[in-house]
Amino acid sequence: MSELPWYNKGLFSSLNLRQKTLLTIGLTGLVLLIIFICGWMTNANLPTDFSIKMQAPSFQHPFGTDWMGRDMFARTLKGLSLSIMIGLAASILSSIIATLLAFLASINRACDEFVSWLIDLFASIPHILLIMMISIGLGKGAFGVTMAVAFSHWVNLTRVLRAEVLQINTSEYVLLSRKFGKSKLWIAKEHILPLVLSQIFVGTLLVFPHAIMHESSVTFLGFGLSPHEPAIGIILSESMSYLAMGAWWLAFFPGIALLIVVLLFDIIGDNLKRLIDPSEANK
Amino acid sequence: MIKINTKRLAKFLGFKAIRLLILLVVIAAISFIMIQLSPIDPVRAYLGQRIVSQEQLAIIGRYWGTDLSLTERVFGWLQTLASGSMGFSLIYRVPVTEVIVQKFLASLTLMLVSWVISGVVGFGLGVIAGAKEDSLADKAIKTYCYILQSSPTFWIGLVLLMLFSVYLGWFPIGLSVPIGQLSDTVTFWQWLHRIILPAITLSIVGIASLTMYTRDKLINVKKSDYFLFAQARGESFWGIIKNHGIRNILLPAISIQFLSFNELFGGTILVEQVFAYPGIGQATVAAGLRSDVPLLLGIVIVSAIFVFAGNFIADLIYQYVDPRLRSEGDE
Amino acid sequence: MEKLLEVKNLSISFTQYVQGLNRHDLRVISDLTIDVNSSEIVAVLGSSGSGKSLLAHSILGILPYNAHVTGEIKYNGKTLNQELKEELRGKEICLIPQSVNFLDPLMKVSEQAIGECKDDDEHKEKKIRQREIFDKYGLDESVDDMYPFELSGGMARKVLLSTALVGNPNLLIADEPTPGLDAKSVEETIQDIINLKKEGKGVLLITHEINVALKTADKIAIFYSGYVIEINKAENFNSADTVLHPYTKALINALPVNGFKFTDGVQPLEETLGCPYWENCPDRFDKCENHKPDLVNHDGIMIRCFKYEEADNGA
Repeated sequence: MSELPWYNKGLFSSLNLRQKTLLTIGLTGLVLLIIFICGWMTNANLPTDFSIKMQAPSFQHPFGTDWMGRDMFARTLKGLSLSIMIGLAASILSSIIATLLAFLASINRACDEFVSWLIDLFASIPHILLIMMISIGLGKGAFGVTMAVAFSHWVNLTRVLRAEVLQINTSEYVLLSRKFGKSKLWIAKEHILPLVLSQIFVGTLLVFPHAIMHESSVTFLGFGLSPHEPAIGIILSESMSYLAMGAWWLAFFPGIALLIVVLLFDIIGDNLKRLIDPSEANK
Repeated sequence: MIKINTKRLAKFLGFKAIRLLILLVVIAAISFIMIQLSPIDPVRAYLGQRIVSQEQLAIIGRYWGTDLSLTERVFGWLQTLASGSMGFSLIYRVPVTEVIVQKFLASLTLMLVSWVISGVVGFGLGVIAGAKEDSLADKAIKTYCYILQSSPTFWIGLVLLMLFSVYLGWFPIGLSVPIGQLSDTVTFWQWLHRIILPAITLSIVGIASLTMYTRDKLINVKKSDYFLFAQARGESFWGIIKNHGIRNILLPAISIQFLSFNELFGGTILVEQVFAYPGIGQATVAAGLRSDVPLLLGIVIVSAIFVFAGNFIADLIYQYVDPRLRSEGDE
Repeated sequence: MEKLLEVKNLSISFTQYVQGLNRHDLRVISDLTIDVNSSEIVAVLGSSGSGKSLLAHSILGILPYNAHVTGEIKYNGKTLNQELKEELRGKEICLIPQSVNFLDPLMKVSEQAIGECKDDDEHKEKKIRQREIFDKYGLDESVDDMYPFELSGGMARKVLLSTALVGNPNLLIADEPTPGLDAKSVEETIQDIINLKKEGKGVLLITHEINVALKTADKIAIFYSGYVIEINKAENFNSADTVLHPYTKALINALPVNGFKFTDGVQPLEETLGCPYWENCPDRFDKCENHKPDLVNHDGIMIRCFKYEEADNGA
């Protein structure tokens, strides 16, 4: 009576939700990879040609040219790949911080209190201001801004992981392991880490869009990458000087490209989350 | 209507006050240390390209306290704070407190206007999207929020500025006060004219998160037993949304809106930079770029108080308005 | 005479997504047939969590939208489509919910009993009616201003009953009206339900407590693994000899041992090809494994078992 489940049907039957989700993740990832590689291969020292400065978008220069006659499309691509790189470094770093803190919280009550307090402390200063302060403290530049973003984005993932670890820690098989005299480190490595690994992975991906956005914001304000780097934040803050002249393409295209990259990462993260925790799909 | 248990309130306030105090001391100390450890030389950053003699450098250095040890400087700074002063702003050449009060008041109007806009619009859109889940309206609202959440605040500001100020010429390009006019002689309309774009930019990001939150909450209410029972009793759909839906999500939505003070302050920094709005955000950026350490630290402390106030009000709403929590402590 | 409520061949199933977003169809109610007259109490008896409540939700038209429903429901001879359900619910057909969770936690109970009103006049009218009913069940005026979380267990039950009666319905659907109540409250509830019948109302009682069903109902339908396997007169349940289905017999025989509680037993979770009771049945035939029996009338008793189908065919 009941229908056959999808995996028993022909391989080429119409796509179901699972396949659609996987396909979305794959395609989105591919687009991002292409953007990253193209930007990475672009020469950082773009040719300057003052005879074609400040040109509006055309077929030759789809995003127009800037005040030094550089092609904005190439600059944007370069900026995006830089953003992706910094975002990647920052979100991996922040996930590591979150994981360490979550395990620290699981040691005993005092440690847990300390981690909660740390979360409160970091959540009590406006995000942008916090990133600015850390970046200034570390001397700005790529290193400063990457660290700043990493050290301000661990809060949410730590909250999630802390609750998760707490739940696993009170489960019966962990209590049993403890009775057998296994060390805390052994339990953490053998029982807890494998279970929270998928959470950490998804958490890292979900931090990514925020990391990219905050990096460009702080760079825009002048507390991130130096003005010599081809970053999106720098491009946009440069464009401010030419806005009144009507050079809209200087700000519009790089910004929308950044938006699309952030959106794509968001889509991957959300789809992956649904794949691992299907409760949201049940509607 | 609301019964206030004074003993409980006093305990609540006392607890919060101690928390705030500890928080401020730690933040003040840590941010001070962070700035001091910075490889960026404050003296050089302050002087910029100016050429000064070695003696002058030494005098300025002493002014900054570079000849003291870090611990001495931290305690010196905390002592200054405890005496109620935040020091002297280097770029504005007036006490930090004065700068902050003046700039913060200017920003407060901007923040308040956009906070109200994002609250009303965000809640409204969230209710529509949640009530009509999976409808065309819901999908449109969801897409809108999704895109807005992924776009940097300052870029939205730039786009609005290009469209409305440069291209259409409806609004001025910068400054909250027309040049050559004292700020207290500005008419309401001039003020409104200049605040509209920054306020809309600032509210747009807040709308997205509040809408998504309201939508999720309402969908949860729709899954609840009491929603089901209200339907079974023959109440109309929008009647239930109004009587039971909004009744149950309004409190959480308001408190979420108070919890958003963090993003609001951060957004202000970016928006003021784009629109050249002379508020606390511009002061922050100026202080940071030109190493006005006393002002920067003062702003960090004030922003922490601001965020704390938001969280505190959110807490207070839950404790004293929700009937379930209200009566809990009365026994 | 028209029957008040007729349910014919009702089936309800759900589509679900499980880990990895694989699709899974779940059938909860299969081929359910039952009817209720005025001044009659019909109990649907089944283990808790078996999805009996969905019968109530289906009659009221409040199933979630991933539910697939087949079959027919009639009220006073008219087919109950979604429109008619929406028109009648709260007026002619009312639900008595199982717990205080079915009340809005942030709304005073009197307002919830009154419900939605078009204007102040209607509100005043309904307020008087609400007060009458609350008085009838011994809820004084201080209860009016209470929030659901402030109600005691007994009060909550009376409030729930009152909210259903403000609309003066003909058909009441009581969904587990006695969950976790003490013996005295259960007795009161039983009395309240019998009184409803005396006032001429039809009651569909959905429960897993066999003593409540026995003390109140005229007819009892046994719900097993999504199927109604037997509908018999309540008095026939006093002895295992007067009930027909092997499962029902086992159930009645086990009652003294189980302290007159309904036992869950082992019910197949997956959809079976044949009779759902096949695996545990002492009287099974070969064909029970792969063929499903229909619900048939055997001497006025509705029964879903090949044993009686055979007997009828032989006769």
